[in-house]
Amino acid sequence: MEFWLSTIMPGLLTGAVVTVSVTVASLLIAVTLGFGLAVLRQFPRVRLLNFAIDAYVEFFRNIPALSHLFILYFGLAAVGIKITSIPAAIIGLGLIGAAVTCDIYRSGFLALGIGQVEAARAVGMTPVQTIRFILSPQAIRVALPPLGNYALQLMKDTSIVSAIAAPEIMFYARSMVTSSFQTTLIYSSAAMVYLLMSLPLAYAVTRLEHRFGGKANA
Amino acid sequence: MLEFLDVYARHADQWGPRLADAAVVSARISILGFMLATVVGLILGLAQEASSRIVRTVVRGYIVFFRGVPVLAILFLIYFGLPGVGIVFDAEPAAVVGLGLAFAAQMAEVFRAGLGAIPRGQWEAAMSAGFRPAQTLFLIILPQVVRIIAAPVIVTFVALLKDSSLASLITVNELVLEGRALATEYFLPLHIYIWVGAMYFLIAFPLSMLAKYLAKRARGARA
Amino acid sequence: MSSLLSVQDLHKSYGNLEVLKGIGFDLSAGEKLALIGPSGSGKSTCLRCVNFLEKPTSGTILLGGDRVGAKAGERPMSNRELAPQRAQMGMVFQGFNLWPHLSVRENVATPVRKVQGESAPVARALAEEMLAKVRMDHKADAMPEQLSGGQQQRVAIARALAQRPKLMLFDEPTSALDPELVGEVLNVIHELADEGRTMLLVTHEIAFARDVADRVMFLYDGLIEEEGPAREVIERPQRDRTKAFLSRMHG
Repeated sequence: MEFWLSTIMPGLLTGAVVTVSVTVASLLIAVTLGFGLAVLRQFPRVRLLNFAIDAYVEFFRNIPALSHLFILYFGLAAVGIKITSIPAAIIGLGLIGAAVTCDIYRSGFLALGIGQVEAARAVGMTPVQTIRFILSPQAIRVALPPLGNYALQLMKDTSIVSAIAAPEIMFYARSMVTSSFQTTLIYSSAAMVYLLMSLPLAYAVTRLEHRFGGKANA
Repeated sequence: MLEFLDVYARHADQWGPRLADAAVVSARISILGFMLATVVGLILGLAQEASSRIVRTVVRGYIVFFRGVPVLAILFLIYFGLPGVGIVFDAEPAAVVGLGLAFAAQMAEVFRAGLGAIPRGQWEAAMSAGFRPAQTLFLIILPQVVRIIAAPVIVTFVALLKDSSLASLITVNELVLEGRALATEYFLPLHIYIWVGAMYFLIAFPLSMLAKYLAKRARGARA
Repeated sequence: MSSLLSVQDLHKSYGNLEVLKGIGFDLSAGEKLALIGPSGSGKSTCLRCVNFLEKPTSGTILLGGDRVGAKAGERPMSNRELAPQRAQMGMVFQGFNLWPHLSVRENVATPVRKVQGESAPVARALAEEMLAKVRMDHKADAMPEQLSGGQQQRVAIARALAQRPKLMLFDEPTSALDPELVGEVLNVIHELADEGRTMLLVTHEIAFARDVADRVMFLYDGLIEEEGPAREVIERPQRDRTKAFLSRMHG
């Protein structure tokens, strides 16, 4: 018990700070870049751009995050582009996340009825104004609950950046195991730390769902 | 660019068969893990509607735990942690059990949503026609549920397939770990990890497209 | 005298289905024209072609002598190029189409600011004036979802009025309303007609069309079957199809 308090928990909590930092930083990249992609995708005329965005989304969504991280961290280093582990983790998870949130925002746009666009056109709004003042604010509201779910998933996914030596929770857990061999205690404590972080997030998502969920606009 | 591709041409003979063998392992743990997830998920999904409060609480707790803890932490707990209390798994079974239990929580939600989409009248009609509850479930309800959940089930499988890459971190010799071995041997990590990524993509992308198509069709059928 | 709106040889097809088979009419300033006809006759499509929410397959729309939706050399306009032309026509939809994330006042004021480029205080004042006109000023801070259908439609009318349009388009403005809410909306439209506004109106309310419109056009199967002064067409229809339609609507 004393060992748990003096060594294991402080180690895991030090890792938790990195977990939260990486989560927040990559979340910021994901929600902004993904929104930009989803908005560009709303202009149906530009075929090549649409194809490029779809290709981006499918590329990042159909390959494991671990694979992307290895390419970014080990692969690029071998050709002279060296990115240290935490920036690599943030960039990698951020780029993958942009593909995920792009799909989320797009469903948000799709949930809006054609009447919303027609009313905006009828008053003389340009396509850009229509997206900015009429569609985006509504799409973002619809997107909030799934974005919350994504944030929860992202927090868990940061565990894999231990594989590229980013010193988050699992990284500390593994390094403590090699020195103490208290495997059961350490790994169940790690699971508990994640649980303690995800429970409030999951609660917040439920609140978002109650507030914004299931209210599709005509 | 040509030079870059030339590397593949020169090494295809050595890398190809080894990555193909590793892909079989990836496929095996994904499929077995998914089967476990489906069975456990269906039981959980049905148990969520159970009349016993204890059962519902246990199921809720299971789902909260596995939704809140990363798959990697679960794999480590099973493979490295459980031996400490006398439960020893080989790496591959540990991966199957870990992926299966973790994704069972997701499958439970998929089944619950699917079952929830079937109107009560369907149960009542089947029961009044004299079907027993089990018959009602398997003959009347599940065939309808299958259509609704086909797309989310495939999406869940793709997510599990991607997460099977985490098994490399508990020493399962699947695609990513084999890739790492090759990367150290040949010192061409960029080429090798791109190849590895492409192999996942070749399986995951068509499945994702299929899921999109099925989702569209299911929406159309209800509209 | 030249007409405010001129529709010439309007055709519209969806694939093989020809919905409008050559419609033409003129509307001079201050005139009110009602389009009536059975569902599927093309009257809504015709109205929606005027501000190019539907792109006509062929034909010409002139607003104040300017070609709508096409530039020199028949080149079709993009939605961006259409925006200033649409801003000159106020449209009221069957389904209201208020923007649910904006308050009643913002629904009316936002286009005034963003499209017409007025300052916030001017837009606000104009919004309140228009809301007062449709007797919705007491709900200016409400959100659309808190309003009844009739109230929503009156706000939608205020939104269109705030564009200070040359022409008002009404696309079955009472069809989506519960019967007891129809009256309040028709009263507002009636008052606008009395102000001398130019209106093009698609409606199922035959008595209303008779009382409000100067002229009535009866569409049948994508063509004008009969047209003339409102009272005359509705009370003494000449064509068999018009008679059959009107007797069904009254019966």
